[in-house]
Amino acid sequence: MPPTVGVVAIQGDFSKHVEAIRSCSPDTKLFEIRTPEDLDQVTHLIIPGGESTTVGLLMQRYGLGEAIIKRVQQRSLAVWGTCMGMILLAKSVENHDQYRLGLLDITVRRNAFGTQVHSFEDETDIDGLDSPVMGVYIRAPIVTEWGPMVKILGKYQGQVVAARQENVLGTSFHPELTDDTRMHLWFLSFPVPES
Amino acid sequence: MSSTIEPPRLGHKTWREKVGLAEMLKGGVIMDVVTPEQARIAEDAGAVAVMALERVPADIRRDGGVARMSDPEMILEIKSVVTIPVMAKCRIGHFAEAQILEAIEVDFIDESEVLTPADEENHVDKHVFTVPFVCGARNLGEALRRCGEGAAMIRTKGEAGTGDVVEAVRHMRTIMSQIRSVQNAREDELYVLAKEHQAPLDMIRTVHETGKLPVPNFSAGGIATPADAALMMQLGAETVFVGSGIFKSGDPARRAKAIVESVLFHKDPKRLAEISRNLGEPMVGINCSSLKPDEQMAGRGW
Repeated sequence: MPPTVGVVAIQGDFSKHVEAIRSCSPDTKLFEIRTPEDLDQVTHLIIPGGESTTVGLLMQRYGLGEAIIKRVQQRSLAVWGTCMGMILLAKSVENHDQYRLGLLDITVRRNAFGTQVHSFEDETDIDGLDSPVMGVYIRAPIVTEWGPMVKILGKYQGQVVAARQENVLGTSFHPELTDDTRMHLWFLSFPVPES
Repeated sequence: MSSTIEPPRLGHKTWREKVGLAEMLKGGVIMDVVTPEQARIAEDAGAVAVMALERVPADIRRDGGVARMSDPEMILEIKSVVTIPVMAKCRIGHFAEAQILEAIEVDFIDESEVLTPADEENHVDKHVFTVPFVCGARNLGEALRRCGEGAAMIRTKGEAGTGDVVEAVRHMRTIMSQIRSVQNAREDELYVLAKEHQAPLDMIRTVHETGKLPVPNFSAGGIATPADAALMMQLGAETVFVGSGIFKSGDPARRAKAIVESVLFHKDPKRLAEISRNLGEPMVGINCSSLKPDEQMAGRGW
Protein backbone atom coordinates (compact mmCIF):
# COMPACT_ATOMS: atom_id res chain seq x y z
CA MET A 1 0.00 0.00 0.00
CA PRO A 2 1.41 3.45 -0.84
CA PRO A 3 2.13 5.69 2.14
CA THR A 4 -0.37 8.34 3.22
CA VAL A 5 1.43 11.26 4.81
CA GLY A 6 0.36 13.60 7.58
CA VAL A 7 2.21 16.70 8.75
CA VAL A 8 1.47 17.95 12.27
CA ALA A 9 0.13 21.44 11.57
CA ILE A 10 -0.28 22.80 15.07
CA GLN A 11 2.56 25.29 14.79
CA GLY A 12 5.92 25.65 13.03
CA ASP A 13 7.28 25.18 9.51
CA PHE A 14 4.78 22.48 8.51
CA SER A 15 4.11 24.15 5.16
CA LYS A 16 7.77 23.54 4.19
CA HIS A 17 7.33 19.79 4.75
CA VAL A 18 4.10 19.85 2.74
CA GLU A 19 5.96 21.56 -0.13
CA ALA A 20 8.82 19.05 0.09
CA ILE A 21 6.49 16.02 -0.11
CA ARG A 22 4.50 17.61 -2.96
CA SER A 23 7.68 18.19 -4.94
CA CYS A 24 9.32 14.77 -4.41
CA SER A 25 6.20 12.59 -4.42
CA PRO A 26 3.35 14.50 -6.09
CA ASP A 27 0.90 11.56 -6.04
CA THR A 28 1.20 10.93 -2.32
CA LYS A 29 -1.93 11.70 -0.32
CA LEU A 30 -1.12 14.43 2.17
CA PHE A 31 -3.02 15.72 5.22
CA GLU A 32 -2.51 18.44 7.81
CA ILE A 33 -2.90 16.94 11.28
CA ARG A 34 -4.29 18.85 14.26
CA THR A 35 -6.63 16.51 16.11
CA PRO A 36 -6.69 12.74 16.95
CA GLU A 37 -9.36 12.17 14.26
CA ASP A 38 -7.08 13.66 11.59
CA LEU A 39 -4.50 10.98 12.38
CA ASP A 40 -6.72 8.03 11.40
CA GLN A 41 -6.04 8.43 7.69
CA VAL A 42 -2.21 8.47 7.69
CA THR A 43 0.59 5.87 7.74
CA HIS A 44 3.54 8.29 7.87
CA LEU A 45 3.61 11.32 10.15
CA ILE A 46 6.05 14.25 10.12
CA ILE A 47 6.43 16.48 13.18
CA PRO A 48 8.01 19.71 11.87
CA GLY A 49 10.24 22.37 13.37
CA GLY A 50 8.65 24.88 15.72
CA GLU A 51 8.45 25.51 19.43
CA SER A 52 8.29 22.27 21.41
CA THR A 53 6.67 23.81 24.48
CA THR A 54 3.86 25.29 22.36
CA VAL A 55 3.18 22.20 20.28
CA GLY A 56 3.60 19.83 23.25
CA LEU A 57 1.03 21.78 25.20
CA LEU A 58 -1.54 21.72 22.40
CA MET A 59 -0.85 18.05 21.53
CA GLN A 60 -1.56 17.19 25.13
CA ARG A 61 -4.61 19.43 25.47
CA TYR A 62 -6.33 18.07 22.35
CA GLY A 63 -5.31 14.42 22.64
CA LEU A 64 -3.13 14.20 19.52
CA GLY A 65 -0.09 13.13 21.54
CA GLU A 66 -1.85 10.12 22.99
CA ALA A 67 -3.20 9.11 19.61
CA ILE A 68 0.31 9.19 18.10
CA ILE A 69 1.73 7.09 20.94
CA LYS A 70 -1.02 4.50 20.49
CA ARG A 71 -0.52 4.22 16.73
CA VAL A 72 3.25 3.79 17.05
CA GLN A 73 2.80 1.13 19.72
CA GLN A 74 0.40 -0.69 17.39
CA ARG A 75 3.15 -0.50 14.76
CA SER A 76 0.78 1.20 12.32
CA LEU A 77 2.54 4.57 12.08
CA ALA A 78 6.01 5.75 11.06
CA VAL A 79 7.05 9.10 12.54
CA TRP A 80 9.81 11.56 11.63
CA GLY A 81 10.55 14.60 13.78
CA THR A 82 12.78 17.45 12.62
CA CYS A 83 14.35 19.66 15.30
CA MET A 84 11.33 20.35 17.54
CA GLY A 85 9.83 17.10 16.26
CA MET A 86 12.84 15.18 17.56
CA ILE A 87 12.53 16.90 20.96
CA LEU A 88 8.87 15.84 21.18
CA LEU A 89 9.73 12.25 20.21
CA ALA A 90 12.49 11.95 22.84
CA LYS A 91 12.19 9.97 26.03
CA SER A 92 13.81 12.77 28.01
CA VAL A 93 14.88 16.39 27.65
CA GLU A 94 17.91 17.69 29.59
CA ASN A 95 17.16 20.28 32.27
CA HIS A 96 13.61 20.89 31.18
CA ASP A 97 10.41 19.27 32.28
CA GLN A 98 8.10 19.41 29.27
CA TYR A 99 5.54 17.26 27.50
CA ARG A 100 7.01 14.65 25.16
CA LEU A 101 5.89 11.51 23.38
CA GLY A 102 8.77 9.29 24.57
CA LEU A 103 8.77 7.17 21.40
CA LEU A 104 12.50 7.47 20.69
CA ASP A 105 14.77 6.21 23.47
CA ILE A 106 17.06 9.25 23.49
CA THR A 107 17.92 12.21 25.70
CA VAL A 108 18.07 15.54 23.88
CA ARG A 109 19.68 18.83 24.78
CA ARG A 110 17.67 21.80 23.52
CA ASN A 111 19.42 24.79 21.90
CA ALA A 112 22.65 22.78 22.14
CA PHE A 113 24.61 25.14 19.89
CA GLY A 114 23.28 28.28 21.62
CA THR A 115 20.83 31.05 20.70
CA GLN A 116 19.82 32.11 17.18
CA VAL A 117 23.10 33.96 16.49
CA HIS A 118 24.76 30.51 16.67
CA SER A 119 22.41 28.88 14.13
CA PHE A 120 24.33 27.59 11.10
CA GLU A 121 24.30 25.26 8.12
CA ASP A 122 26.91 22.74 7.05
CA GLU A 123 27.25 19.43 5.25
CA THR A 124 26.22 16.46 7.36
CA ASP A 125 26.81 12.78 6.59
CA ILE A 126 23.81 10.49 7.01
CA ASP A 127 24.10 6.68 6.99
CA GLY A 128 22.50 5.26 3.88
CA LEU A 129 22.82 8.41 1.73
CA ASP A 130 25.63 8.40 -0.83
CA SER A 131 26.55 12.05 -0.28
CA PRO A 132 26.09 14.50 2.62
CA VAL A 133 22.93 16.57 3.11
CA MET A 134 23.09 20.32 3.82
CA GLY A 135 22.12 20.40 7.47
CA VAL A 136 20.32 23.61 8.46
CA TYR A 137 20.59 23.88 12.26
CA ILE A 138 18.31 26.50 13.83
CA ARG A 139 18.51 26.72 17.63
CA ALA A 140 19.05 23.01 17.15
CA PRO A 141 18.99 20.18 19.69
CA ILE A 142 21.46 17.26 19.83
CA VAL A 143 21.14 13.70 21.13
CA THR A 144 23.27 13.23 24.26
CA GLU A 145 22.24 9.70 25.33
CA TRP A 146 20.50 6.79 23.61
CA GLY A 147 19.24 3.31 24.40
CA PRO A 148 20.27 -0.05 22.89
CA MET A 149 17.38 -0.09 20.37
CA VAL A 150 18.45 3.22 18.83
CA LYS A 151 20.56 3.39 15.70
CA ILE A 152 22.74 6.48 15.32
CA LEU A 153 22.50 7.66 11.70
CA GLY A 154 24.41 10.91 11.65
CA LYS A 155 26.91 12.97 13.57
CA TYR A 156 28.08 16.53 13.16
CA GLN A 157 31.45 17.37 14.75
CA GLY A 158 31.08 14.31 16.94
CA GLN A 159 27.56 15.24 18.12
CA VAL A 160 24.63 12.95 17.33
CA VAL A 161 22.16 14.75 15.03
CA ALA A 162 20.13 11.85 13.55
CA ALA A 163 18.76 8.73 15.25
CA ARG A 164 16.27 6.00 14.44
CA GLN A 165 14.43 3.38 16.49
CA GLU A 166 12.39 1.08 14.28
CA ASN A 167 9.95 3.38 12.45
CA VAL A 168 10.68 6.47 14.50
CA LEU A 169 13.26 8.91 13.12
CA GLY A 170 14.62 12.12 14.61
CA THR A 171 16.91 14.73 13.03
CA SER A 172 18.35 17.90 14.61
CA PHE A 173 18.36 19.74 11.30
CA HIS A 174 15.78 20.81 8.71
CA PRO A 175 15.90 19.07 5.30
CA GLU A 176 12.56 20.76 4.52
CA LEU A 177 14.33 24.13 4.28
CA THR A 178 16.52 22.90 1.40
CA ASP A 179 15.66 21.61 -2.09
CA ASP A 180 17.21 18.22 -1.29
CA THR A 181 14.30 15.79 -0.76
CA ARG A 182 16.31 12.58 -0.29
CA MET A 183 15.45 12.40 3.42
CA HIS A 184 11.74 12.79 2.64
CA LEU A 185 11.83 10.05 0.01
CA TRP A 186 13.73 7.78 2.38
CA PHE A 187 11.18 8.35 5.15
CA LEU A 188 8.32 7.50 2.77
CA SER A 189 10.02 4.14 2.20
CA PHE A 190 9.78 3.17 5.90
CA PRO A 191 7.61 0.04 6.02
CA VAL A 192 4.48 0.19 8.15
CA PRO A 193 3.51 -3.46 8.67
CA GLU A 194 0.11 -3.04 10.37
CA SER A 195 -1.33 -0.37 8.09
CA MET B 1 31.20 17.73 28.15
CA SER B 2 30.77 21.50 27.89
CA SER B 3 27.24 22.88 27.94
CA THR B 4 27.47 24.45 24.48
CA ILE B 5 29.30 23.35 21.36
CA GLU B 6 31.21 25.80 19.18
CA PRO B 7 29.46 25.97 15.80
CA PRO B 8 31.49 26.77 12.69
CA ARG B 9 31.56 30.09 10.84
CA LEU B 10 30.26 32.15 13.72
CA GLY B 11 29.17 35.58 12.63
CA HIS B 12 28.23 34.46 9.15
CA LYS B 13 24.53 33.92 8.59
CA THR B 14 22.82 32.89 5.44
CA TRP B 15 19.41 34.22 4.51
CA ARG B 16 18.09 30.67 4.99
CA GLU B 17 19.18 30.54 8.64
CA LYS B 18 17.59 33.91 9.39
CA VAL B 19 14.30 33.29 7.59
CA GLY B 20 14.40 29.71 8.95
CA LEU B 21 13.74 30.91 12.49
CA ALA B 22 10.81 33.00 11.23
CA GLU B 23 9.45 29.82 9.57
CA MET B 24 9.65 28.01 12.94
CA LEU B 25 7.49 30.72 14.54
CA LYS B 26 4.59 30.31 12.09
CA GLY B 27 1.16 29.47 13.39
CA GLY B 28 1.88 30.87 16.83
CA VAL B 29 1.54 33.86 19.13
CA ILE B 30 4.39 36.19 20.11
CA MET B 31 3.66 38.03 23.34
CA ASP B 32 4.97 41.30 24.79
CA VAL B 33 6.28 40.82 28.35
CA VAL B 34 7.82 43.30 30.77
CA THR B 35 8.92 41.00 33.63
CA PRO B 36 10.32 37.45 34.02
CA GLU B 37 7.00 36.44 35.67
CA GLN B 38 5.06 37.54 32.61
CA ALA B 39 7.54 35.70 30.38
CA ARG B 40 6.84 32.48 32.30
CA ILE B 41 3.08 32.99 32.02
CA ALA B 42 3.50 33.51 28.26
CA GLU B 43 5.63 30.38 27.82
CA ASP B 44 3.25 28.28 29.94
CA ALA B 45 0.33 29.51 27.84
CA GLY B 46 2.06 28.32 24.66
CA ALA B 47 3.65 31.49 23.23
CA VAL B 48 6.20 30.68 20.48
CA ALA B 49 8.36 33.65 21.49
CA VAL B 50 8.29 36.66 23.79
CA MET B 51 9.10 40.30 23.09
CA ALA B 52 11.02 41.63 26.10
CA LEU B 53 10.41 45.32 26.73
CA GLU B 54 10.23 47.76 29.63
CA ARG B 55 6.79 49.10 28.81
CA VAL B 56 4.05 47.65 26.63
CA PRO B 57 2.89 49.99 23.84
CA ALA B 58 -0.23 51.05 25.79
CA ASP B 59 2.02 52.43 28.54
CA ILE B 60 4.44 54.03 26.07
CA ARG B 61 1.40 55.81 24.63
CA ARG B 62 0.21 56.92 28.07
CA ASP B 63 3.63 58.05 29.35
CA GLY B 64 4.78 59.93 26.25
CA GLY B 65 8.40 61.09 26.04
CA VAL B 66 11.16 59.27 24.16
CA ALA B 67 10.79 55.48 24.01
CA ARG B 68 14.15 53.67 23.67
CA MET B 69 15.63 50.17 23.67
CA SER B 70 15.02 48.38 26.99
CA ASP B 71 17.71 47.94 29.64
CA PRO B 72 19.82 44.92 28.58
CA GLU B 73 19.67 43.72 32.19
CA MET B 74 15.89 43.18 32.05
CA ILE B 75 16.16 41.49 28.63
CA LEU B 76 18.82 39.13 30.03
CA GLU B 77 16.64 38.36 33.06
CA ILE B 78 13.80 37.37 30.75
CA LYS B 79 16.17 35.31 28.57
CA SER B 80 17.26 33.41 31.67
CA VAL B 81 13.77 32.18 32.59
CA VAL B 82 12.37 30.93 29.25
CA THR B 83 13.48 28.42 26.60
CA ILE B 84 11.47 29.95 23.74
CA PRO B 85 13.09 32.65 21.55
CA VAL B 86 13.36 36.13 23.05
CA MET B 87 12.93 39.22 20.86
CA ALA B 88 13.67 42.83 21.70
CA LYS B 89 13.04 46.19 20.04
CA CYS B 90 15.46 48.81 18.76
CA ARG B 91 14.52 52.24 17.44
CA ILE B 92 14.14 52.68 13.67
CA GLY B 93 17.59 53.37 12.25
CA HIS B 94 19.37 52.96 15.60
CA PHE B 95 22.00 50.42 14.56
CA ALA B 96 23.99 50.88 17.78
CA GLU B 97 21.00 49.69 19.82
CA ALA B 98 20.76 46.77 17.40
CA GLN B 99 24.45 45.98 17.92
CA ILE B 100 23.90 45.91 21.68
CA LEU B 101 20.89 43.60 21.31
CA GLU B 102 22.96 41.31 19.09
CA ALA B 103 25.79 41.32 21.65
CA ILE B 104 23.43 40.01 24.35
CA GLU B 105 22.21 37.40 21.85
CA VAL B 106 18.52 38.11 21.56
CA ASP B 107 17.00 35.74 18.99
CA PHE B 108 15.23 38.39 16.88
CA ILE B 109 15.37 42.20 16.76
CA ASP B 110 12.21 44.20 16.07
CA GLU B 111 13.16 47.51 14.43
CA SER B 112 9.99 49.06 15.72
CA GLU B 113 7.84 52.11 15.17
CA VAL B 114 6.58 51.64 18.74
CA LEU B 115 9.84 53.24 19.91
CA THR B 116 10.76 56.81 18.97
CA PRO B 117 12.60 56.73 15.61
CA ALA B 118 16.32 57.55 15.70
CA ASP B 119 16.68 58.22 11.97
CA GLU B 120 14.02 59.77 9.76
CA GLU B 121 15.56 58.60 6.47
CA ASN B 122 17.47 55.36 6.96
CA HIS B 123 16.48 52.09 8.51
CA VAL B 124 19.12 49.73 9.94
CA ASP B 125 21.16 47.85 7.31
CA LYS B 126 20.05 44.45 8.52
CA HIS B 127 22.25 42.40 6.15
CA VAL B 128 25.36 43.10 8.21
CA PHE B 129 23.87 41.54 11.34
CA THR B 130 24.03 37.91 12.46
CA VAL B 131 20.72 38.16 14.30
CA PRO B 132 17.52 38.26 12.17
CA PHE B 133 15.22 41.31 12.13
CA VAL B 134 11.47 41.81 11.96
CA CYS B 135 10.08 45.13 10.67
CA GLY B 136 6.62 46.65 10.45
CA ALA B 137 4.86 47.54 7.22
CA ARG B 138 1.59 49.14 6.12
CA ASN B 139 1.78 48.23 2.45
CA LEU B 140 3.67 46.07 -0.01
CA GLY B 141 6.26 48.69 -0.93
CA GLU B 142 7.21 49.29 2.70
CA ALA B 143 7.40 45.52 3.31
CA LEU B 144 9.69 44.97 0.30
CA ARG B 145 11.93 47.92 1.16
CA ARG B 146 12.48 46.33 4.57
CA CYS B 147 13.19 42.95 2.94
CA GLY B 148 15.67 44.69 0.66
CA GLU B 149 17.45 46.00 3.76
CA GLY B 150 17.58 42.42 5.09
CA ALA B 151 14.46 41.94 7.25
CA ALA B 152 13.75 38.19 7.75
CA MET B 153 10.15 38.70 8.85
CA ILE B 154 7.50 41.33 8.18
CA ARG B 155 4.62 42.22 10.45
CA THR B 156 1.74 44.52 9.69
CA LYS B 157 2.07 47.58 11.90
CA GLY B 158 -1.53 48.03 12.94
CA GLU B 159 -1.72 50.64 15.67
CA ALA B 160 0.13 49.34 18.72
CA GLY B 161 -1.17 49.87 22.22
CA THR B 162 -4.76 50.60 21.20
CA GLY B 163 -6.49 47.23 21.37
CA ASP B 164 -8.28 48.36 18.20
CA VAL B 165 -7.72 45.91 15.35
CA VAL B 166 -8.88 48.22 12.55
CA GLU B 167 -5.41 49.36 11.43
CA ALA B 168 -3.98 45.82 11.47
CA VAL B 169 -6.86 44.79 9.21
CA ARG B 170 -6.27 47.76 6.90
CA HIS B 171 -2.55 46.96 6.58
CA MET B 172 -3.02 43.22 6.03
CA ARG B 173 -5.75 43.74 3.43
CA THR B 174 -3.60 46.33 1.66
CA ILE B 175 -0.54 44.07 1.53
CA MET B 176 -2.51 41.00 0.42
CA SER B 177 -4.39 42.84 -2.34
CA GLN B 178 -1.20 44.49 -3.60
CA ILE B 179 0.47 41.06 -3.66
CA ARG B 180 -2.39 39.74 -5.80
CA SER B 181 -2.11 42.61 -8.25
CA VAL B 182 1.67 42.11 -8.62
CA GLN B 183 1.14 38.38 -9.05
CA ASN B 184 -1.40 38.95 -11.83
CA ALA B 185 0.61 41.60 -13.68
CA ARG B 186 2.36 40.93 -16.99
CA GLU B 187 6.16 40.41 -16.87
CA ASP B 188 6.75 43.67 -18.72
CA GLU B 189 4.72 45.61 -16.13
CA LEU B 190 6.97 44.67 -13.21
CA TYR B 191 9.37 47.57 -13.82
CA VAL B 192 6.71 50.19 -13.38
CA LEU B 193 5.24 48.28 -10.41
CA ALA B 194 8.67 48.44 -8.75
CA LYS B 195 8.61 52.20 -9.35
CA GLU B 196 5.06 52.61 -8.05
CA HIS B 197 5.66 50.57 -4.91
CA GLN B 198 9.13 52.11 -4.45
CA ALA B 199 10.41 48.58 -3.99
CA PRO B 200 13.48 46.69 -5.28
CA LEU B 201 12.78 45.06 -8.67
CA ASP B 202 14.07 41.62 -7.61
CA MET B 203 11.66 41.64 -4.65
CA ILE B 204 8.76 42.58 -6.95
CA ARG B 205 9.76 39.66 -9.19
CA THR B 206 9.74 37.26 -6.23
CA VAL B 207 6.23 38.39 -5.28
CA HIS B 208 5.12 38.01 -8.93
CA GLU B 209 6.45 34.44 -9.11
CA THR B 210 5.37 33.17 -5.66
CA GLY B 211 2.31 35.25 -4.77
CA LYS B 212 3.83 35.76 -1.32
CA LEU B 213 6.20 38.10 0.46
CA PRO B 214 9.82 36.84 0.28
CA VAL B 215 9.69 36.29 4.08
CA PRO B 216 6.98 35.20 6.55
CA ASN B 217 4.17 37.72 7.00
CA PHE B 218 2.97 38.18 10.57
CA SER B 219 0.45 40.57 12.09
CA ALA B 220 0.65 43.05 14.96
CA GLY B 221 -0.86 46.19 16.39
CA GLY B 222 -4.24 46.10 18.14
CA ILE B 223 -5.00 42.38 18.58
CA ALA B 224 -6.80 41.92 21.91
CA THR B 225 -9.16 38.91 21.64
CA PRO B 226 -9.17 35.35 20.23
CA ALA B 227 -11.56 36.58 17.54
CA ASP B 228 -9.10 39.35 16.55
CA ALA B 229 -6.34 36.73 16.20
CA ALA B 230 -8.60 34.45 14.14
CA LEU B 231 -9.55 37.41 11.91
CA MET B 232 -5.92 38.28 11.18
CA MET B 233 -5.04 34.63 10.48
CA GLN B 234 -7.94 34.31 8.05
CA LEU B 235 -6.84 37.52 6.31
CA GLY B 236 -3.42 35.99 5.65
CA ALA B 237 -1.27 36.47 8.78
CA GLU B 238 1.03 33.54 9.50
CA THR B 239 1.47 34.34 13.21
CA VAL B 240 0.21 37.12 15.47
CA PHE B 241 1.99 39.43 17.86
CA VAL B 242 -0.06 40.40 20.91
CA GLY B 243 1.36 43.39 22.75
CA SER B 244 -0.71 45.15 25.34
CA GLY B 245 -3.73 42.89 24.74
CA ILE B 246 -2.72 40.15 27.17
CA PHE B 247 -1.13 41.76 30.19
CA LYS B 248 -3.49 44.75 30.12
CA SER B 249 -6.50 42.41 30.39
CA GLY B 250 -8.26 41.12 33.50
CA ASP B 251 -6.95 37.54 33.40
CA PRO B 252 -3.69 37.42 31.38
CA ALA B 253 -2.90 33.69 31.77
CA ARG B 254 -6.33 32.68 30.58
CA ARG B 255 -6.46 35.16 27.73
CA ALA B 256 -2.95 34.17 26.61
CA LYS B 257 -3.97 30.50 26.38
CA ALA B 258 -7.16 31.39 24.56
CA ILE B 259 -5.35 33.47 21.93
CA VAL B 260 -2.84 30.63 21.35
CA GLU B 261 -5.72 28.20 20.77
CA SER B 262 -7.58 30.65 18.55
CA VAL B 263 -4.61 30.78 16.15
CA LEU B 264 -4.58 26.98 15.90
CA PHE B 265 -8.35 26.78 15.31
CA HIS B 266 -8.73 30.08 13.43
CA LYS B 267 -11.00 28.48 10.81
CA ASP B 268 -13.23 26.62 13.29
CA PRO B 269 -15.99 28.95 14.67
CA LYS B 270 -17.40 26.30 17.03
CA ARG B 271 -14.07 25.87 18.77
CA LEU B 272 -13.51 29.65 18.71
CA ALA B 273 -16.83 30.11 20.52
CA GLU B 274 -15.69 27.66 23.19
CA ILE B 275 -12.27 29.33 23.44
CA SER B 276 -13.76 32.84 23.75
CA ARG B 277 -16.01 32.08 26.74
CA ASN B 278 -15.40 33.62 30.17
CA LEU B 279 -12.07 35.29 29.52
CA GLY B 280 -12.70 38.21 31.85
CA GLU B 281 -12.20 41.85 30.90
CA PRO B 282 -10.28 42.59 27.70
CA MET B 283 -7.97 45.62 27.65
CA VAL B 284 -10.05 48.78 27.58
CA GLY B 285 -8.44 50.12 24.45
CA ILE B 286 -8.45 53.33 22.47
CA ASN B 287 -10.52 53.86 19.36
CA CYS B 288 -7.99 54.45 16.56
CA SER B 289 -10.18 57.05 14.87
CA SER B 290 -9.87 59.23 18.01
CA LEU B 291 -6.05 59.39 17.67
CA LYS B 292 -4.51 62.63 16.39
CA PRO B 293 -2.01 62.18 13.54
CA ASP B 294 0.96 62.74 15.86
CA GLU B 295 -0.37 60.05 18.21
CA GLN B 296 -0.26 57.39 15.51
CA MET B 297 2.79 55.14 15.57
CA ALA B 298 2.16 53.42 12.22
CA GLY B 299 3.28 56.51 10.29
CA ARG B 300 6.84 56.06 11.58
CA GLY B 301 9.06 54.26 9.06
CA TRP B 302 10.00 55.21 5.52
